[in-house]
Amino acid sequence: MQIFDLTTADLEFVAEVEARSHQKISNCYQCGNCTAGCPYTFAYDYSVSQIMRLIQIGQKEAVLKSRSLWLCGSCQSCTTRCPNKIDVALIMDVCRHMAREAGYATERSVKIFVDSFLASVERHGRAYELGLMTAYMTRSGRVFTDVDLAPQALMRGKLPFKPHEIQGREQVARIFERFRKGGDNV
Amino acid sequence: MFKIAYYPGCSGQGTSLEYDMSTRAVCKALDVELVEIPDWSCCGSSPAHTVNHVLSAALSARNLAQVEVMGMDKVTTPCPSCLTNLRTAAHKMESPEFRGKVNALLDVPCNGNVDAQSVLQVLAENVDPELIKSKVVRPLTGIKIACYYGCIMNRPPELMRFDHHENPMAMDNLMIALGAEVVPFPLKVECCGASYGIPRGDIVMRLSGKLLDAGRDVGADAFVTACPLCQMNLDLRQGQINRALHEKFRIPVFYYTQLLGYALGLDRAVLGFEKLCVDPRLALGKIKQPAQAR
Ligand code: SF4
Ligand code: SF4
Repeated sequence: MQIFDLTTADLEFVAEVEARSHQKISNCYQCGNCTAGCPYTFAYDYSVSQIMRLIQIGQKEAVLKSRSLWLCGSCQSCTTRCPNKIDVALIMDVCRHMAREAGYATERSVKIFVDSFLASVERHGRAYELGLMTAYMTRSGRVFTDVDLAPQALMRGKLPFKPHEIQGREQVARIFERFRKGGDNV
Repeated sequence: MFKIAYYPGCSGQGTSLEYDMSTRAVCKALDVELVEIPDWSCCGSSPAHTVNHVLSAALSARNLAQVEVMGMDKVTTPCPSCLTNLRTAAHKMESPEFRGKVNALLDVPCNGNVDAQSVLQVLAENVDPELIKSKVVRPLTGIKIACYYGCIMNRPPELMRFDHHENPMAMDNLMIALGAEVVPFPLKVECCGASYGIPRGDIVMRLSGKLLDAGRDVGADAFVTACPLCQMNLDLRQGQINRALHEKFRIPVFYYTQLLGYALGLDRAVLGFEKLCVDPRLALGKIKQPAQAR
């Protein structure tokens, strides 16, 4: 277990998380309710209440480099059960945005999946599952662990070979374009 | 006749084809008119909100703006993930500042005054349960069902405002009205592993495996779900789960609309049972034939 020193708190980081999430980090009194209900704890490096504590004590590096951020399933259990009404899942989301902006991606496969998904939406206007899987395989260089599922899904007519191109796909592409250009998207 | 805008969601065109088909069929049978949003686009699903909230809201808002153009103020979707995105976008756009940022990304601006509801909520709140009962021609007597809602259909409660966030009952009540036996299922709102099937299959194996295990423990013949991702993880991946966990689960996973349509006597072709991966015949076989032929 790593040791953290309270005197090294990065208070700007705390302020930024608060501003972007509209949540008050100091309201967390470390009861552990969020962690108790979090189904992903087994895969996390820091549990969700530990992330909350690390934010409180301004440990920017540790938070933004944590793998937990990338693995949170946004199941909303923590938010629903926090006795202090802190939107914990939102804080996880906001920290993930900040990690991404800082160039960290400690769960590379998750980042590639997200990027492939959004690229598919940008191109077609809708998610195209078969294309997404191919893109994921290409980008990750990973032999597709789901290869065994494809025939089952194809047989049942559940994986169309062609994307559903919508008329408004250029409108959708422009959303992404403007997003990338804009500086004020937080 | 109750009329509402309809957002099918991308998975309805692919991996959850049978959900979309059966949803349209049961709504028609119950006099709920679904008016599909013309040229709808992806709501951003879970990936978008993990990247940026303005981007995510804009992808949803393009669709909400289309609903406004249709002159309607209410939209329904079968998919809880789409629902969360549409609702979150509308909620966040109550702030003029946030709305401004979203509209800066859109061709057609969106006011965000559209209320999104799940099809389950629409059926629970706008269709008289007595009407449903009166239309049942094939009661589901004899089958034991575990109702699995997934994590985000009712959470967080301040945002979703439907049913109970720890112990939802809408599907249970519906299945009971159709004559099925609903078993007490303790993991109704636990997460199945969401969209990590591709990047981190191990997580889905573990979380979905736990759900199947609990379903078997309480003696369920089948699951019913209302979420395309839950259904896919439990059904399409059941073989993978069995291999990973050295298990022998064989529990069919229906969409609630499929069993509702079955009880209403709708044509099986529109219910898409053959699209399920785990053979549903064993479970359907538990349903007792009505005593005398009509
Ligand atoms: S449930 Fe709330 S107060 Fe308790 S540890 Fe988690 S964030 Fe802190
Ligand atoms: S939202 Fe994320 S952190 Fe919160 S309980 Fe669910 S998986 Fe855990």
